[in-house]
Formats: sequence, C-alpha cells, structure tokens
Amino acid sequence: MGLLSSKNKEVLAGPLSINNPVIVQMLGICSALAVTSKLEPAIVMGISVTVVVAFANVIISLLRNTIPNRIRIIVQLVVCAALVTIVSEVLKAFAYDVNKQLSVYVGLIITNCILMGRLEAFALGNGPWESFLDGIGNGLGYAIILVIVGFVRELFGSGTLLGFQVIPQAFYDMGYVNNGLVILPPMALIIIALIVWYHRSRNKELQEN
Amino acid sequence: MKALRNYLDKIKPNFEEGGKLAMFRSVFEGFESFLFVPNATSKTGVHIHDSIDSKRTMTIVIIALLPALLFGMYNVGYQHNLAINANPGFWMTFIYGFLAVLPKIIVSYVVGLGIEFTVAQWKKEEIQEGFLVSGILIPMIVPVDTPLWMIAVATAFAVIFAKEVFGGTGYNIFNVALVTRAFLFFAYPTAMSGDQVWVRTADTFGLGAGQVVDGFSAATPLGIAKVATTATPEYPWSFNDMVMGFIPGSIGETSVIAIAIGAVILLFTNIASWKTMFSVFIGGALMAIIFNVAGPDTATAHMPWYMHLALGGFAFGAVFMATDPVTSARTETGKYIYGFLVGAMAIIIRVLNPGYPEGMMLAILLMNVFAPLIDYYVVEANIKRRLNRVKVK
Repeated sequence: MGLLSSKNKEVLAGPLSINNPVIVQMLGICSALAVTSKLEPAIVMGISVTVVVAFANVIISLLRNTIPNRIRIIVQLVVCAALVTIVSEVLKAFAYDVNKQLSVYVGLIITNCILMGRLEAFALGNGPWESFLDGIGNGLGYAIILVIVGFVRELFGSGTLLGFQVIPQAFYDMGYVNNGLVILPPMALIIIALIVWYHRSRNKELQEN
Repeated sequence: MKALRNYLDKIKPNFEEGGKLAMFRSVFEGFESFLFVPNATSKTGVHIHDSIDSKRTMTIVIIALLPALLFGMYNVGYQHNLAINANPGFWMTFIYGFLAVLPKIIVSYVVGLGIEFTVAQWKKEEIQEGFLVSGILIPMIVPVDTPLWMIAVATAFAVIFAKEVFGGTGYNIFNVALVTRAFLFFAYPTAMSGDQVWVRTADTFGLGAGQVVDGFSAATPLGIAKVATTATPEYPWSFNDMVMGFIPGSIGETSVIAIAIGAVILLFTNIASWKTMFSVFIGGALMAIIFNVAGPDTATAHMPWYMHLALGGFAFGAVFMATDPVTSARTETGKYIYGFLVGAMAIIIRVLNPGYPEGMMLAILLMNVFAPLIDYYVVEANIKRRLNRVKVK
C-alpha cells in the first residue's frame, strides 16, 4: 500500500468536492457565517481548522487501540483542546490582528462539528497516515468554502480584498455603494446556499428527490 | 380588438414548439392572456365558473393602489417645492413628481418581469401575474431619492430569493415587495433612512431646479420622534397634514386618505380580508395606548395612538401588505391573530428599537414567518373541538 494509493487519494480528494463537509454534510455552518465577512480571517480560520483536524486525527488514530470506548469523547476533547490552544497561542503571537477579528471563533474550533465528526467517524477506525490525509482533505474542503464566501463578502461588502481596495474609486464617484447586507450573516447563508445549489446541479448523484 | 386577435392568431405558430421564435413562447403567452381572457375553460361537468382569476385580482389591487400612487407623485413635487421655496402650480408640481417616480416604476417592472419571463421560459411554465402588483408596490415603498440601480439589484434579489426559489407566484413565504425593501434597508442604509433621502431636492429632467432654503430638513415625523430629546417634540405638521399626507416619507405611504380609498376598493370587491386589515389597526392602537400608559419616557412611546396609525408605513402596510393573500394567515380566526400581532409588533419595534424609526416592514415580514404556524394551530384547535364533540356521545 503506497503512500498515495487510489484509496488514499479518495480519502484526500473526496472532502474537497463530492463529500465536502460544509456544502454536502452541512457541518461547520456557524463558523462559516461568523468569520467570513473578510477574506483574511476566512483564510486563517481555514488553515487553523485544517491543522487542528489533521493533527487531532493523527493523535487519535495513534491512540485508537488504547482509548477505552466509554471515555473516548473526553479523550478526543482533551486532544482537541490542546491543539486549539496551541493554534490560538500561535495566532496571538504572529497574527494578532487576525486573531482579534476571529475573536472567540478560534477557541470554538473545538466545538466545530467537522472536527469531532472526523475523529468519531474516521480516526477511530483508520491508521495515522490515512487519518492525516482525511484531516487535511476535510480541513481544505472547509477552507475552500470559507475562502469563496469570504471573497464574495469582502468584495461586495467592503469593496476590498485582503484589505486592498479592488473596486475603483471611479465606481464610488458614479454612485456605487458597498452592500451592507453582504456583511451581515444572513447573506453568508444565502451565498453558501448558492454554492450548494451550483454544486448539486453539477453532481447529479447528490440531488435528492 | 378583432384585428388584434387575428394578428395574434397569425403570429402564434411562430411561438409554438419548433417555431423560429420558440424561445419567446412564455412572453407571447403572457401577453396573450394579458390582452384576452384565456379560452381554456372546461365545457362539460359541474363546475363553478368565477370570473375572479388572479389576473383580475391583481388588476383590482393595482386600481386600488392608484390613488396612493398619484397622491405620492403629487407629494414628491409638493415636498420639493417646500424645499426650494417655489410654487409652480398644481400641474407642474404633479409632473415633477410623476417624472421622479416613473423611472422607478419602469426599473422595477423591467427587472422583475424580465426575471419572471426568463424563469417561466426556462422551466417551461406560463408566466404568472404575481409580479404585476409587486412591481408597483416596490416604487411606492422606497424613498424618492433611492438610486435606480439599487432598486434594480434589490428587485432582482427579492424576485429570485423570495419568490422563484420557493416555486414562483403563490408559493412565496415572504411578501416580495417587502423583501425588496428589507434588502435595500439593510444593504444600503444610507439611501434608505436618515433625514436626507425623503425629499427630492435635485431637479428632475431639468424641472424644478432651485436653491434649497436655509434650515431645511427632510426628516419624517417618525424620524423626528426617534431623535427627539423631549417626550413631546414639536412637529412642523398638523395632524391634518399627516392624515392628508403632506409629509415626507416613502412615495406611496404618506396619505391616509388615498390609502383609505384603496382600502374601500379592496374591501368592496372582497379582494382583501377586512379581518386582517381591521385587526392590524386594533393591534397597533392597543399597543400604542399601552406604551402611552406604561412605556419608556420617549417621544415615540408618548405619541398618541391615532398618530401612530397615521404616520409612516402603518396604514399602507395594513391595507396593501398585511392582507397579501399568499403570505398572510388563511384561516378566518388566524387572520385576526395575524393582523393583531402585525399591528402590535410594528408599534413595539417603533418604540423599543433604538435603531429603526419605523417598524411596519419588519413586523409584517416577521409575521409572514408565523402565518403558517398560526394557521396550523387554528386548524388543530378546530379538529380538537370537533373530536370532543364526538367523544361526548
């Protein structure tokens, strides 16, 4: 079994589209609404979740044969909490402004359904390497959606991307106004719904009757 | 008429499946049934034929809206004259307002009907008449200075996300015109609130240009009440003006008299439910009296109940929005509950929310969500009552 056998490729690539945690499994919606009003926090959040899910998956996968079944949730929580604390401290040290924008949502990664879902559904039953790929795949699948939503919201809500002015001043002089609704969470939900709509129309097997 | 019929019959084959203009089939059908009564009625069996179809319903609502619209146009000109201290006479005043409002009506119809036609063609359905009313409501519930592109964006958003994704006319949960307004309100707050947008001070197609007089303020009565520091602020208008409608506000909402004419038309033709309409006013009046007695010490809380009902969008919403047959409660008892809560909620938002001077839009949208729930419990209660009747035996 090679490092990237076809099964492992499936584990890595599946969550990016056909089994995407946000737009197919509908997990992690709350944070997708909360941190995506700007592109930068969306990217940082995506990376943070990817790192936490990947390493939590590896650790739980290594411990999977020694964890007593009855207390597995508390063990998973301890691992997650430790990793989230590390990520939070790193962000505070090296990206303080973004950390302030993300506020409590970094700490709340621990309650992210994607994280616990992958630990329960995948890491407890698979080896560390597959679990690592699965964590990377799911984290990136989450990050892709966050980046798309953050891109649209920052572009139409603030006229900027990563803080740089994108919509030219001439537009504003002609009467263009930034759309305040895009900054509010309801519009994030509608943007995610549009992505789901587009995604399902491209993938017939996901369509429900 | 005969010639038009013959012409339509002649060009009809072009729009059938396989014809060279088949992509405009739904547009053709829409205009055909708009111009002529459709011929497709059943010929045999026992059927009740009623001439009230949705086309006629919509037409009557539009007729009922005309007094408020025409008065709104005049009031646009009238407020403008006050702002620049001019008096060009009745007709020039009206024409100024007419020219200021007309582009909004055109934009709203072109965008909304364009989307409806496209969707109907795409889904191979017939065009529904639903947007005829929404299209005229939208320009009537926005401030006169709202930029046209904003109306276009908001209309497109509302038609797609409040109507088409739910299945089109008759399936929408929210009132489409109010979703348009809510979109504008939250997306472009500077163009939808404050004391600058309610009176047009610029010229319209070269008409009515002038210097704005010193100390001019375009604040609405509710806006004045919201920022007032005393409990009884001085309004520059008499109560008479507020009822007649000579106050700043959204285009169609200011005149209680004009709205009342529309209400009479709607009630006389049985298009709107008097139960909903009546209970909205009762709910608003009762809530206003409660705040008079036991409310906070602010100007809006101390406003007498009859002023609450006459100001802002209350009357317009009660007559034309709350009675929307699609989004309001359908059971007869439910209509009382629905209407009462709309009225009460509107006053609660006006008085207690520090951010919004007006609450009618949000109150109706909120109650739109609860209308099916109200209906459900009314029906359940009825089932329970009748079951009890069986058990006693």
